[in-house]
Amino acid sequence: MSLVIHNLHARVVGGQEILRGLNLEIQKGRVHAIMGPNGSGKSTLSKVISGHPDYEVTAGEVLLDGVNILGLEPDARARAGLFLAFQYPVEIPGVSNANFIRAALQARLGEGEELDAVDYYGDLYKEMDKLEIPRAFTARSVNEGFSGGEKKRNEVLQMAMLKPSYAILDETDSGLDIDALKIVAAGVNAQRGPGIGMLVITHYQRLLDYITPDVVHVLVGGRIVHTAGPELAYELEAKGYDWIREELAESASA
Amino acid sequence: MSDSLLLEAAAIPGTLPEWFRNAQSQAAARFDSLPMPSRRDEFWRFSNLKALDPQDFTPARPVADEVAQELVAQSAGVAAAAGTFVFANDHLISRTNSSALAAQGVLWMPISEALENHAGLVEKYFMRSEPALGSSKHLALHLASVRAGTFLYVPKGVHIEAPLQTFHWLAGSGQAVFPHTLIVAEECSSVTVVDWFKSTGDARNMACGVNDLHVGPNAKVHYISVQDWSRQTVSLNSNVTEVAQGASALHLGLHLGGVFSRSESVSRLNGAGARCEMLAATVADHAQEFDQRTLQEHVSPDTYSDLLYKNALYDQSKTIVSGLIRVEPEAHRTDAYQKVRNLILSPDAEANSLPGLEILADQVKCSHGATTGEIDAEELFYMQARGISARDAYRLITYGFLNEVLERLPEATLRETLQSALRNRLQGH
Repeated sequence: MSLVIHNLHARVVGGQEILRGLNLEIQKGRVHAIMGPNGSGKSTLSKVISGHPDYEVTAGEVLLDGVNILGLEPDARARAGLFLAFQYPVEIPGVSNANFIRAALQARLGEGEELDAVDYYGDLYKEMDKLEIPRAFTARSVNEGFSGGEKKRNEVLQMAMLKPSYAILDETDSGLDIDALKIVAAGVNAQRGPGIGMLVITHYQRLLDYITPDVVHVLVGGRIVHTAGPELAYELEAKGYDWIREELAESASA
Repeated sequence: MSDSLLLEAAAIPGTLPEWFRNAQSQAAARFDSLPMPSRRDEFWRFSNLKALDPQDFTPARPVADEVAQELVAQSAGVAAAAGTFVFANDHLISRTNSSALAAQGVLWMPISEALENHAGLVEKYFMRSEPALGSSKHLALHLASVRAGTFLYVPKGVHIEAPLQTFHWLAGSGQAVFPHTLIVAEECSSVTVVDWFKSTGDARNMACGVNDLHVGPNAKVHYISVQDWSRQTVSLNSNVTEVAQGASALHLGLHLGGVFSRSESVSRLNGAGARCEMLAATVADHAQEFDQRTLQEHVSPDTYSDLLYKNALYDQSKTIVSGLIRVEPEAHRTDAYQKVRNLILSPDAEANSLPGLEILADQVKCSHGATTGEIDAEELFYMQARGISARDAYRLITYGFLNEVLERLPEATLRETLQSALRNRLQGH
C-alpha cells in the first residue's frame, strides 16, 4: 500500500514545466520528507497531487493504493484518502470551523447517512484538546483572524478528524514560533502509525527535529535527485543545496 | 376595474377612531390620483414595474378552519418566544403571549384592537412620516387597506428578554395582504421582534406591508423580518426606524421569497448619540428580483449608522441596492457606513449597486462601498481538498457569505433559527 508518483510532469496551466519527471513512493506507515531550495517545485508537487486547478499534468501518474487519481476532482481525491495540510490555509468567512469539519466528514458518508452530532463533537473536542485548541474555535469562521500558529494547528486538527491514508504537509513549519512548532509537531507525531503515509515538505531542517522522517528526499529542478536517511536533513542544513547541484552537474558531465 | 374596488373590500373589524377613518379615505383618494411609479423616477431606476399593478389582486379572504389550524402548527419560529401572533390572509388566527408582559404594562395586540382601545397612542406614531423612497402610491394603498398586524408598546424601563414574533401567512391565489407592524419602545426599554412572512403553495399573490419602529431615548430595539413569501408573490415593504437620543436600533431583513420584492428602509437618527444597524441578507434565484432602497438620515450630532446588505444571486435573478447616506447640517461628528456585497453565482444574474452620499455637516466619517464578485477559487479548492464536493462547497461558501450578516445579531437562539432558515433556502443549490 503506497502513494506512487511516477514520471510526473506538470506546469501552471499554459506555463513552463515545473515538475520534470518526478518519481517518488510514499509507503503507508512511513514519514517521508522532501527538502529543496526555493523554486524547486515543492509546493507545486503538493498542489498537483491534490488537484489544484491552476496546474496541469502533462505526463505521468499518481497512484493511490494502485488507483490513478489524476483524473479525479480534488474532492474525490480527498475522499479517496488524500490530505493536504496547506502552507497558507484559506479563510472562509461566515462558515464556522465546526460546520466546516462536519461538512468534510459528512461528505465521506453515503447517501442518507447522517453524522451523529454528539459523537462528532466528542471526537472534535478530544482532538482539539490534544492540539491545545480552545473550545471557542469551533464557532469561529474557518481560519479567519487566526494567527499563523492557530491556522497550522487547525490544519493538523482537520487531518486528525479526517484520518487520511496519505497526508502531505506543505511547509507546515512556516510562520510558526518554536512553541507553536512543538505543538503542531506533537499533533502530527500522534497521528503517525501503520495506517498513514506522510510526506513532509519543508525548506528547513528545523521541522525535522520534531517530526523525524524515515526517509529524506531532495527535490531540485522538478525531480527527486537524492534520497537518504534522516541524517541527510542535517547535511543539507549544514552544507546548503549547492553540493547537490554540483554533484548533479558532475554526474551529468561524466 | 377601478383601483378603489380593492380598497372598499378591505375593512378593519370593530369601531375605528375618526382620525383613522379620515386617514384611510384620504389615502384611498391619494392612491387613485397618484401615478404608478416610473423608471424615470430616481427611486425606481432599474426596477421592474410590470409586477406592481395592484389591480391584479383582491383583498385576501379568510382561510378555512382546518387550513388555519395547519398554519398555526407551522408557526413555531423561535423557540422560547415571549409571544406569537399568527395571521392568515390578514385575519388573526392565533395569539399566545405571556401574562408577564401585560403585568409590566406592555401592550401587544392586533393593530385593529389597538385602534379601538388605544387610539390616541396609535395616532401619535401611526405612519407619521412622509414617504422618502418612492413608494407614495403603495404606502397610500397600504394605509387605505391595512387591517392586520401588530401594535407593540413597551413602557419606560421595561426589558423584554425573549423575542416577540408575528407570522403573516398568505394563502390562495390573487390575494392581497397589508401587514402592519408598529413598535414603540419608550425610554430605556428594550425588545426584540421578529416578523415572519410566509406563503402556502406558490400562487401569485401580493403583500404590501409597513413596519415602523420608534425607538425612544436610550432604548434598544432589534427588528428582524423574514420575507419568505412564495416565489410568485409580489412584495412591497416599507420601514421607517426613528431613533432617539442615545438609543440603538438593529434592523435585519432575511429576504428569501417573492417574485418581485421591493423593500424600502429609512433610519432616522434624530437624537444625539443615536445608533442604527441596517442589515440584509438576500438569496435570489430563478427570475427573482429584489429591489432594495435605503436612507440613512443623520439629523443629530454624534450619531452612528452602519448598513451591510449582502446579496447572493443565482440563475437569472436580479438585485438592486440603492442607498443614500444623508448627513444634515446639524449632524456633526456623524459616523455612517454603507457596505453592499454581491455574490454572483450565475453569468445571467444581475446585481446593481447605487450608493450615494449627501454630507452637509462637519467632522463626518462616512464610507460607502459596493463590491460584486464570484466564489473565490482558493476557498473552493480548500473545501474540495477536504473532500467536500464543488456543489456543496459553493453552497457552504454562499451560506458563509450571507451568514456574516446574521452573525451581527447578538441573540444566539434567534440567530440559529435564522441560520437554519437560510440553510433550508440554499438546499437544492
